[in-house]
Amino acid sequence: MKYKIFIIFVLFFILTTKSFALVSVDITRGNLDPLPTAISDFYLDSKLDDKIKNLKLESKIPELIQNNLSRSGLFFALEKKSFIQRPEPAHNKPRFEDWAFIKTQVLVTGKISLEKEGRLRVEFKLWDVVSATELSALAFYTTPDNWRRVSHMISDKIYERLTGEKGYFDSRIIYVSETGPKVDKKKRLAVMDQDGYGVKYLTLGNELVLTPRFSPTSQHVTYMSYFKNLPRVYLLNIETGIQDLVGDFPGMTFAPRFSPDGKKIIMSFAQEGNSDIYTMDIKTRVVEKLTDHPSIDTSPSYSPDGSYITFNSDRSGFQQIYTMKSDGTNVKRISFGEGLYGTPVWSPRGDLIAFTKLYRNKFYIGVMRSDGSGERLLTENYYQEAPSWAPNGRVLVFYRETPSDSSGRGGGAKLWSIDLTGYNERLIQTPTDASDPSWSGLLSGK
Amino acid sequence: MQKSLKISFIAHTVILIISSITLPFLMGRVQAPLVMSVDLVQIGERTNIPYAPKVSDGAKTDKKIKDRVVTEQAPPKIVPKEKPDAVPLPENIKQIKELLEKRQNPVKVEDLTKQTSEFEKKEIFDPNKISALIDKSKKDNAEANNKPSLEATQSQQKNVVTSKLTITQEDAIKAQIFKCWNIPIGLPYNENLTVRIKIKLNPDGSLVSSEILDLARMNTAGQTYYKILAESALRAVKLCNPLKVPSTGYEKWKEMQLNFDAKEMLKG
Repeated sequence: MKYKIFIIFVLFFILTTKSFALVSVDITRGNLDPLPTAISDFYLDSKLDDKIKNLKLESKIPELIQNNLSRSGLFFALEKKSFIQRPEPAHNKPRFEDWAFIKTQVLVTGKISLEKEGRLRVEFKLWDVVSATELSALAFYTTPDNWRRVSHMISDKIYERLTGEKGYFDSRIIYVSETGPKVDKKKRLAVMDQDGYGVKYLTLGNELVLTPRFSPTSQHVTYMSYFKNLPRVYLLNIETGIQDLVGDFPGMTFAPRFSPDGKKIIMSFAQEGNSDIYTMDIKTRVVEKLTDHPSIDTSPSYSPDGSYITFNSDRSGFQQIYTMKSDGTNVKRISFGEGLYGTPVWSPRGDLIAFTKLYRNKFYIGVMRSDGSGERLLTENYYQEAPSWAPNGRVLVFYRETPSDSSGRGGGAKLWSIDLTGYNERLIQTPTDASDPSWSGLLSGK
Repeated sequence: MQKSLKISFIAHTVILIISSITLPFLMGRVQAPLVMSVDLVQIGERTNIPYAPKVSDGAKTDKKIKDRVVTEQAPPKIVPKEKPDAVPLPENIKQIKELLEKRQNPVKVEDLTKQTSEFEKKEIFDPNKISALIDKSKKDNAEANNKPSLEATQSQQKNVVTSKLTITQEDAIKAQIFKCWNIPIGLPYNENLTVRIKIKLNPDGSLVSSEILDLARMNTAGQTYYKILAESALRAVKLCNPLKVPSTGYEKWKEMQLNFDAKEMLKG
């Protein structure tokens, strides 16, 4: 007994001395300010011929990277004028003090050299100025005229290395280009890089086209067009230009979208005022009916793993968002707010569903979790709809119409992008009016 | 009988040895409650509430009354160095009070008052100041209640208390790092990605070293997210160098472990 007391005494004193532990501070908050970034001009290998030198890629590539990163809202690009160190030594071994002096946290440098058969080698390095370390270094090989694509790929690598999330710069957007007077609009399918460059028209404008959607896995597009005065779903290969009617339905088919594996198309089929959701296997053309309800079920969109589908339906009396398993079972209403909800689109990350909401004569683009919780409205306007996710699930593209004046002039649709914070809203420049955008997956794959 | 005597003797010696080692160590840390009591006075000064210190510090006034009795006894004799306490007998009572206060509180405490206040003056933005004041006022109450019990309780309890930063001090450090830490926005919020960094500081708050405590994880394949978070946390620590630190209690904060966790922010 006495021994025990003795031991307890000894332990007590030892423990009291040990209890002086390291002070621990939990840092659970930080800032989401744009990261100060310096993108140095790249330096040109002296062996390059004049033809390539004249392209001025040493400044054009960094500019494009800068444009991409700045538009994302997550980076703040510092003025080139403030840079102290020249591109070549900076690429080989940056003097970090010089870069820290201008208050940048990261630095991008690069080098352009010529390889065999006139191919370019574009190399970049990403430096952590604060910790004075190299974060990544990669080289791309390409033909000189493909420099934009390379710049987008470099932007993606930088974005991913610093944010932890895949980039979305090496991607394209398909949309409906609108020209002509309001009563007789010419609508053509057009595709461009995500930053608005390189617009190509895919249809002539003879028929009305609507709701083009990119395949997540190939250069195919599905869209709606009119055939014998009935809207029908088509499939188009944008490389070859070959188009194809999807299925042989007696009524109208509309609101098509690809399944995540690109093998099926999911869409609405309407007959006698009732529309339901169907899928069709592109290869075998086997059709499957997923909903069977006397209400209007439309705008279906798959979850990224293909196991669930979200759609909108007016079965409750008002148009609301629902989810169901991909075999059509387990239908569940997820939107319960006031107003009407439409065009739900499942995020490529799987966590969120974007939608258009009409409430008190205003249109909103918003997101909610896939169980319907956490509804957040990102932007409000006179008329806007049809959100489509960037491949990384952080940015949405949609179109917005401005009202025309009393004489019927002005007013038109433009493409806009907004990120999940709701603060970084940007116009995407298009040569014509534009609507119904759809973002492709990453061109370089995953 | 002899055996138990021996045991008793050994036990006593051991306890004496251990306490001779630990007690000075503990003595060094008994300052924190005193630090807090000084904070009380300070708030009174800051907020200019008349009598605030007196009201909040009942124990002290009692003591003062006792001491006044002593001084009252002394003047009639007009013999300065009569008392064994060797309390000088100044002519005005203010001086007496000052002296008495000095005697009651160790000199170090006075340093603490000054330095804590300097530290708070350095705080970066006003909202924090407000919160700091609120924190303190809470502490005031807490301390008023705690003070007697602290004196009565075991030294162990004091030791635990003193090995932590005060809430105000902790908040001030958090606020600085919050400004320096640029969160990688694309990280998943449903994974455990806490990055623990141990920092060592000089007394002026400048960084001696910073090390990631789970360095192995940083270089493990498939831990890209962790790596990105760790890099951003390291940048934050370096950008915040030198940290604005309380200039007392260096022993407490010369080494700190910072746990970076962006989960709440990423959830949005």
